[in-house]
Amino acid sequence: MQQTNSTASKMSGRHWRLMFSDQVFKWFCLFSAIVLCVVLFSIVFFMGKTGVLTFEFVKVTEYFFSLNWNPGFDETATYGAGIFFIGTILLTLLTLIISVPISVGIAVFLAEIAPTRLKETVRPILDLLVGIPSVIYGFLGLTILVPFVAKVFGTQLGDGLLAAALVLSLMVLPTIGRISDDSIEAVPQKYREAAYAMGCTKLQTIFFVVLPAARRGIVSAIILGMTRALGETMAVVMVIGNVPQLAESLVQPTSVLTSNIVMQIMAVPFESTWNYALFFMGFSLLVVALLLIVFVRIINNRSEVQ
Amino acid sequence: MQNLKDFKASKLAKIFNQFFMVSMWVLGIITVFFVLLLLFLILKDGLPYVTWDFVIGLPSEIDAGGGIGPMLLNSFYVTILSLLVSIPISLGAGIYLAEYAPDNKLTSTIRVCVEGLSSVPSIVFGLIGIALFVEYFQIGLTIIGASLSLAMLNLPLLTRVSEESIRAVPHSYREGSYALGATKLQTIFKVVIPVAMRGLITGLSLVAGRAFGESAVIILAGGVNASAEMWDFSLFSPGGTLAVHLWYVQSEAIVPDAKEIAHKSAAVLLFVVLAINLLFRIPLWWMERKMK
Amino acid sequence: MNDYINLHDVNLFYGTNQALKDVKLQAAKHEITAFIGPSGCGKSTLLRCLNRMNDLIPNVKITGEISVAGESLYGANTDVESLRKNIGMVFQAPNPFMMSIYDNIAFGPRRFGVKSKAILDEIVEKSLRAAVLWDEVKDQLKKSGLSLSGGQQQRLCIARALSVEPDVLLMDEATASLDPISTMKIEELVQQLKKDYTIVMVTHNMQQAARVSDKTCFFLNGEVIESAPTKTLFNNPEDKRTEDYITGRFG
Ligand SMILES: Nc1ncnc2c1ncn2[C@@H]1O[C@H](COP(=O)(O)OP(=O)(O)O)[C@@H](O)[C@H]1O
Ligand SMILES: [Mg+2]
Repeated sequence: MQQTNSTASKMSGRHWRLMFSDQVFKWFCLFSAIVLCVVLFSIVFFMGKTGVLTFEFVKVTEYFFSLNWNPGFDETATYGAGIFFIGTILLTLLTLIISVPISVGIAVFLAEIAPTRLKETVRPILDLLVGIPSVIYGFLGLTILVPFVAKVFGTQLGDGLLAAALVLSLMVLPTIGRISDDSIEAVPQKYREAAYAMGCTKLQTIFFVVLPAARRGIVSAIILGMTRALGETMAVVMVIGNVPQLAESLVQPTSVLTSNIVMQIMAVPFESTWNYALFFMGFSLLVVALLLIVFVRIINNRSEVQ
Repeated sequence: MQNLKDFKASKLAKIFNQFFMVSMWVLGIITVFFVLLLLFLILKDGLPYVTWDFVIGLPSEIDAGGGIGPMLLNSFYVTILSLLVSIPISLGAGIYLAEYAPDNKLTSTIRVCVEGLSSVPSIVFGLIGIALFVEYFQIGLTIIGASLSLAMLNLPLLTRVSEESIRAVPHSYREGSYALGATKLQTIFKVVIPVAMRGLITGLSLVAGRAFGESAVIILAGGVNASAEMWDFSLFSPGGTLAVHLWYVQSEAIVPDAKEIAHKSAAVLLFVVLAINLLFRIPLWWMERKMK
Repeated sequence: MNDYINLHDVNLFYGTNQALKDVKLQAAKHEITAFIGPSGCGKSTLLRCLNRMNDLIPNVKITGEISVAGESLYGANTDVESLRKNIGMVFQAPNPFMMSIYDNIAFGPRRFGVKSKAILDEIVEKSLRAAVLWDEVKDQLKKSGLSLSGGQQQRLCIARALSVEPDVLLMDEATASLDPISTMKIEELVQQLKKDYTIVMVTHNMQQAARVSDKTCFFLNGEVIESAPTKTLFNNPEDKRTEDYITGRFG
């Protein structure tokens, strides 16, 4: 009797310990998940809070629309960040113009045309490209592309939007290409069969049936590539020339938001309008990236509903 | 009305089709060739000239012949520290999302946060690093500042790969374990995680490779310089890594052999990143072979 | 015209796996020919030979002779796209495109160069009427084809196949995923279509073959064991294996 009792109490002690550690672990996991949210909210809050200090000294309209970026520590300083916003928009558009047709083409090739063996070789190569550091892309751009661009255009320097867009295109190619590839691959075979059975050529099947069916995935792929291009810093810094001026041609040194932040932030004290203005540039990038992600989420949810 | 019965597929459609197929093949082959060529070019111009002295040597500000020792060390050090911080949190969050998360508002908020965090441009993590470590804690540009900023960058991707690989474990494994009277905790650690290990390791190699090559965050939070001596493990030494150094010698340095150093640094950097991506997977391939 | 569709010694290999063995078969114009047999015996494979859909599967090798209306299908310069247009196909699971009902039907004619809206309207109406779907959908042509019920979707697919005015209609277990009422509607439809089209159908359901078809072919392990007018095959099968199958002793 005595013995049974002690076994039972041992059992229940063990049971309690197990239950307890189970609960503790569950709370730890929930806590970890919440840490991520806290990190995101702190980042957004802090970037915003620091960034808006800019507007204690600079008019909002001047910041966004003026092209006079003459930061400094005296009365004559002006903070027109328009050039950088325009630069980022132009660079992103140019990158998409170059990379979307190529990336989606590669995706079509992989998903619809290449024989299985080749697919299985090319996909890991593209995945590998995603993992290559941006300074390596920048370095390639600087040593190979920039001299090449200078030669083709007969300019002294090849730095500028074109070089940056080409480098970025290479960087987003695997992002856009592989995600589109996956979404094309996911189009059910029955749609292709229906098209072929009506006498469609492969081209017609791809253009009129497969790509429309995969369009949501392709659009999210393009947007994800776009966020990557928007936020990319070092590869751009290395080939864009870093002169705070509006580009008058594709091969003129200029600056974008990210490159300007990196090139200037080291030189300024934290509590200065200049610094706040740079933080607000970062905040703007952050907001745009978040909006794009929300957009992707909406698209994906819609396709789930369908 | 025309009689469709006699319609034939148009010649033009067929010619377009042929043209399209040929151009897709050309595009595919050129792309692959181009990518391999670029990788080859970087390795070829640098790797053959890399010596041991270069790899562990100290950099030089003025004379030729400087090495990359402290930067390379920093790259490893910062990567490992950032992973040490981010792995427990990400794994916890990944396990929560895959195993516990009920289908409610909180869960979908967490998911939105993970996606949102993964879209934050890396330079923003750098700015936060400056604000937090340089401005608030006043510790300057350090290894610890760089590592913690980088850890934030690792979190979302690592969480996602954790969740995905844990979710991919078939339900039957868990049921088998519960049937034997195991608790959820025991099931997760003894059954689910071992089965998910393959995915976890692949994901980890992805994140580690990315952390190793990250530059924007490090420049802002760790600076462009590394310690002036080799094997300096102080958390408060300057946090410049090899990736940052590659940019620095290219654009700012005044040493006469900056070009060669850049080429060699690029080759070493690429080599290590590729190695991280491949090495992590070799044990997995090997394990799979044995299973077959 | 008893050999409108004519197959002679057709062998088909998926890689090294032989799926059809020396198939000899004839089907008459404006008749319904049904393929029956246990699953995996090669019915779909043979049906897909008739519009060369097997070309889409890698590593398929076909030998022998197949002709429709005297023209060889696997000739050196066969125009595969035109051939597929003339030999329409309806699949087991309804597969309307993710587009409106109208666009689903107009899809084929558009690919073959019909641009005029008036003609397309006419084709859409005519095809939907032929598939006995017009009255149900005439007010919602803009709605997605996927919003229809399963039976309506399958009739939409039939209408889509008819839109390019084929000579032959191939149906691969077209009612397998439908409820009995939709099945009945499609069987009635097939009977009507016989006037204008030659129909070859695969069916998992022997009663259906008996109800609908003029001629039935019984398949086993890639071979045609017996093919005869439907009444004969079901009432006086010649081969023991056919008898076993239709009396439900295996399969
Ligand atoms: N795409 C394919 N690749 C390889 N083998 C196939 C393929 N399709 C069918 N088969 C094989 O061919 C045989 C006949 O299949 P199928 O014609 O689909 O039979 P049924 O339609 O009579 O059920 C089966 O053994 C099947 O495994
Ligand atoms: Mg079948």
